[in-house]
Amino acid sequence: MSPEAAAAGASRVVMSAADIDRALTRIAHEILEANKGSKDLILLGIPRRGFPLAQRLAAKLAAADPSIKADAIVGQLDVTMFRDDLARQPTRAPERTRLPAAGIDDKVVVLVDDVLFSGRTIRAALDALVDLGRPRAVRLAVLADRGHRELPIRADHVGKNLPTASAEKVRVRLNETDAASSSWSGADEVVIEAGL
Amino acid sequence: MRHLLSTQDLSLENAIRILDTAEEMAAVGEREVKKLPALRGRTVVNLFFEDSTRTRISFEAAAKRLSADVINFSAKGSSVSKGESLKDTAQTLEAMSADAVVIRHWASGAPAQLATSGWIDAAVINAGDGTHEHPTQALLDAFTMRRHLSRLNGTDSTGSNLVGLRVAIAGDVLHSRVARSNVWLLQTLGAEVTLVAPPTLLPVGVEHWPCAVSYDLDSVLEAGVDAIMVLRVQAERMNDSFFPSTREYSRRWGLDDARLARLDTLGMKDTIIMHPGPMNRGLEISSAAADSSRSTVLAQVRNGVSVRMAVLYLALSGDLRDPPPRLPPPRTAVDNRPNTRADETRENAR
Repeated sequence: MSPEAAAAGASRVVMSAADIDRALTRIAHEILEANKGSKDLILLGIPRRGFPLAQRLAAKLAAADPSIKADAIVGQLDVTMFRDDLARQPTRAPERTRLPAAGIDDKVVVLVDDVLFSGRTIRAALDALVDLGRPRAVRLAVLADRGHRELPIRADHVGKNLPTASAEKVRVRLNETDAASSSWSGADEVVIEAGL
Repeated sequence: MRHLLSTQDLSLENAIRILDTAEEMAAVGEREVKKLPALRGRTVVNLFFEDSTRTRISFEAAAKRLSADVINFSAKGSSVSKGESLKDTAQTLEAMSADAVVIRHWASGAPAQLATSGWIDAAVINAGDGTHEHPTQALLDAFTMRRHLSRLNGTDSTGSNLVGLRVAIAGDVLHSRVARSNVWLLQTLGAEVTLVAPPTLLPVGVEHWPCAVSYDLDSVLEAGVDAIMVLRVQAERMNDSFFPSTREYSRRWGLDDARLARLDTLGMKDTIIMHPGPMNRGLEISSAAADSSRSTVLAQVRNGVSVRMAVLYLALSGDLRDPPPRLPPPRTAVDNRPNTRADETRENAR
């Protein structure tokens, strides 16, 4: 446990690396089922942790359906400039937006993020998508849904529903993004930390 | 970064943050919808007391791509020609609730005065003041060099600095705010800068600047450079004769066809030629050099919009305190100021 987490009080692991992997496997199959196959699928991860999750999902899709090339269907969608809290938060540096070579017009875009909370990030993502093209359909896959929505948005594919208090913090730590941080425990995990 | 007044006080973290943000902004310019909603409802005033084409247009395009409202003000045809003071003009803008003021002024220090006097609450961005600084031009030059360097190395430019890049800045350094801003910024980013100019066009105290100084363009080219930045001879600021004739200037300090050809014979195939514009073709730069494949003049203009978008975004969104320093300075070797190379060159010149 990191010193900050210890100071903040209780912190509990709600998903282990194996849980995360199983949830992603299930979501991958749900995506194929809902789409009735792999036709026109594009996965767009929302930085930072949505992107590695999208890559992992694409690898699982490719494993389930050999006609899919994992690299060709994954992209990253930065939503920083579309947020509604730019003037209230410390400045955020925008991240790269990378689309698959085929573009997103008339495709089925699955947005991938780690935690669904207020829904404001997803609203920003929907606005960002409009400027990039016109997908046939947009779906949402998240690793954890912690409730407390502030907008009429819901996820199509959820790894795990986490009942939380609004003061609690849900931390997702992934090998790709967090291995260098001081709170890295050695494996992927989802942790709920008590609020201050 | 609340204001952007000079590159001298710009930290390495903030410089890299601006360049990285500009990198993302550049991607917007390649999209079909070249617009971001980040500054919707904010007002940016372009306050220009001096003539300008590309800087004003570039700031205007940058603000509009971020969805800000833009008000253009030029001293000609305004109440300034009736004798209105900077203070009154600023307070008028304040009353109209401007969120950012982009100011170009003939007096060095006017932007700093605006930012520190309390006349106005807006973010102040220096778009060139007298012979002092022009920070966004230096940032776009650094951005252009960084992209060039990362293309040569085949790496991603995001997060990188300019360590090891040899830059020659040639021409009218005395009157050039671009040169000043570039010297400070390039030294922060770790590049090696050499100023090349006739002694009459070098400012007093240049030996204390963090760069080398030479009077001989050919020897600098022979020593090897990765980027040559040619400065405009600012005839409008010259109230004295600084060199005998334009022909002599062009032959000794201009980047003419012969020197362009020498770059090839010296085997410097990746050296780029930069110019902040507007160019005096045939004086400091020949047409062949300006239009050659080495020239980045138009890329600089294009990058200017991205860099100014980044500056406006960072100055106007959220809470803008300097992040705590976390990057080590790129130049880890012994600090070599005042530069020994400059002293040698001076000795040779005597």
